[in-house]
Amino acid sequence: MKPAPFDYIRPRDLAEAVTALSALEWGGRLLAGGQSLVPMLNLRLSPVVRLIDIAQLDELRAVHETADSIAFGACLRHGEFEDAKVPDPARGMMRHVASRIAYRAVRNRGTIGGSLSLADPSADWITVVMALGASMTIRGPAGERSIDATEMFVGPYTTALGEHDILVSIRVPKLSAAGRWGYYKIIRKAGEYPMTTASVVLDPERGRRSVVLGAVNRGPLQMAETSAALHTNAGWSEQAQAALRAAIGRDLQAAGRTDDICEMRLCEMTILRAIASALVQ
Amino acid sequence: MKIHADARGRILGLESDVIVDAGAYSIWPWSCAMEANMSAGIMPGPYQMQAYRGRGMTVMSNKPPLGPYRGVGRPGACFALERMMDELARAVGREPHEVRIENMVLPDQMPYLTIAGKLYDSGDFPESVRRAAGMIDVPAIRERQKTNGKDGVHIGLGWASYVEQTAHGTNEWLQRNLTEVFGYEAATARFTPDGKLILEVAIQNHGQGLETTLAQVASTELGVDPADIVVRHGDTAVSPYGLGTFASRSMVMAGGAVGRASQMLAEKVKRIGAHFLQTDPGNVSLQDSAVVYGQRRVPFSEITRAAFRHAQDLPAGEEPGLSVTTTYQPESGTGAYSYATHAAVVSVDANTGLTKILDYVVVHDCGTIVNPMIVDGQIQGGLAQGIGTALYEESPYDDTGQPLASTFLDYLLPGFTEVPTARISHIVSPSPFTRYGVKGMGEGGAIGAPAAIVNAVNDALRPLGVEINETPITPRRLLEAIIQAEKRNAG
Repeated sequence: MKPAPFDYIRPRDLAEAVTALSALEWGGRLLAGGQSLVPMLNLRLSPVVRLIDIAQLDELRAVHETADSIAFGACLRHGEFEDAKVPDPARGMMRHVASRIAYRAVRNRGTIGGSLSLADPSADWITVVMALGASMTIRGPAGERSIDATEMFVGPYTTALGEHDILVSIRVPKLSAAGRWGYYKIIRKAGEYPMTTASVVLDPERGRRSVVLGAVNRGPLQMAETSAALHTNAGWSEQAQAALRAAIGRDLQAAGRTDDICEMRLCEMTILRAIASALVQ
Repeated sequence: MKIHADARGRILGLESDVIVDAGAYSIWPWSCAMEANMSAGIMPGPYQMQAYRGRGMTVMSNKPPLGPYRGVGRPGACFALERMMDELARAVGREPHEVRIENMVLPDQMPYLTIAGKLYDSGDFPESVRRAAGMIDVPAIRERQKTNGKDGVHIGLGWASYVEQTAHGTNEWLQRNLTEVFGYEAATARFTPDGKLILEVAIQNHGQGLETTLAQVASTELGVDPADIVVRHGDTAVSPYGLGTFASRSMVMAGGAVGRASQMLAEKVKRIGAHFLQTDPGNVSLQDSAVVYGQRRVPFSEITRAAFRHAQDLPAGEEPGLSVTTTYQPESGTGAYSYATHAAVVSVDANTGLTKILDYVVVHDCGTIVNPMIVDGQIQGGLAQGIGTALYEESPYDDTGQPLASTFLDYLLPGFTEVPTARISHIVSPSPFTRYGVKGMGEGGAIGAPAAIVNAVNDALRPLGVEINETPITPRRLLEAIIQAEKRNAG
């Protein structure tokens, strides 16, 4: 199919983009990499009055590094993370994750900010930025604000972004030299959306101990009990695994995710494998 | 399906019911009974049996109509029977490939009339299994399986043998009471005044390389360089009337028609050439675009010059022009029968429900092979499709009849990384009933693969008490089966 007619504008800077988006009560959509939006337009799944093309805005492609964090412009592409064109604050985690998003053609165009703003539950970046404790800088008609990644994702395709907000950048804290991470996803075939994803970050020096479950057609889930059960020095014994399984069970129970035994098993396995890869690094 | 067998696993009889959801409409001219009929007819497969009761039943529903898809009826028949053969072997405590060999029609029984009325033309079915068993190395896999269960990974070996009816002839369509009878194909072979050859056929190439293979046939008959041959197809406005490409018939039917037309054209070329060479047509041969007699030769450009623009140079009584139109129908009315044995080795991750193909062997016989590269390509392509059937492709509906897979986002197809390169070996048993002994072979890969892969998954998970008899084997289906088995084992 072809999309329904829409207006297309390409603002010169971020301020102009905000103005263009705010000029319409609804129906303005930001076009970054277009890897999800364009197919949705073609399928006519979402009504769009005006496309505002922000992919080339310098302000959205900048990298700002400080002593303890790096802020990535929202329109940096997955491929730029994969190719190490930008620094990695997470000791290789962002590069690893980026290199496994869909397939290379998607990574050449798709952007980190586009992925986070759409909040497709299967998108790889969501659990990663949550586990790393990132924050989001958002520009709207009333100015700029910052929120934690954990407040950003309300549910599948639902975020804290308002109708006229633009995600400007994602600030990711740096892991310490002792920081560990793990990422695992269960995927039916190469390049497809994963059935489950899990990110694990373990960096006691920075006080970070985080396990986040993603995909399964639901919003991301912070696994509090599982995170608390993570210990760097516990090794990967049967006993440690049993304790983690129990903790995962409690987290799923607390989230009310016990209706589907297959899903529970897939989630448990995804999280365990993510933890295993974090611990054996 | 119910199978009756003795303690060694020799089949005594087979009972099967095929029920097909054909959707809302019947497709002309095959009718909505096609899938069920073909399944019931080919169900006995490569095996001998004294008794067979087969019933095909077509059910109308409010889904889109069912149309022919590579394999038509046979992937389902092969799946049911070959799943059963593995279970039969298990029941009598023998290796599945050995039980298959013991039940197969033997080469010295060919041509063999099956209990379902199909006349198998040629082949060595047991050899296909023996060779596949050697290539896949059964003892090595049984050894590897001793570590099954480590980290939840289980390796399994699965088999599928099948017979692929191709180039169905007049009798077959009459048996099925079809409104149209597709028993022949037509071709025109004609030279142009500058010595090129044009073939006009009513079949359609959609990727199986028929321009190449039909040119090979004409080249063999006429000694014309394939580069000088143009194949025109897919439009009866530029070709004689014919029936088209389906049912793995093009190489047998159109290949036969091109062969006959080329041979008849060759006779005229020889007569003209022999006249130039002042000898009898029986003394000349056609080589490298020339009529050859001893050391002397007349190039085709001289022949076509005379035939088209200088009729005064033709032998007395010879008509101008160089064009022949004719038809071909094979001698047997139920078709030419290719067959194969597939052996698949898979690893199944019982923790995720994901299946990976580790090795895949196909031992295949399609009679005379016209073009080895194209034949292997067809097998490999069919295998890709069969892997889709086994593991990925599905059109589910929800309780209100809403289709759940309406884009390729939801309808998964295997890609490069999911399709291993099969190790292929050929047996060559030319058909006694077709020109050149060729058999059709376009669908086989898709017929055998679902059964072989699902058998391999069952072999892998048998110690867990898991049995899967449904495609595609999605991670969810597999996990559900594993969880059910765990509950049974615990209870």
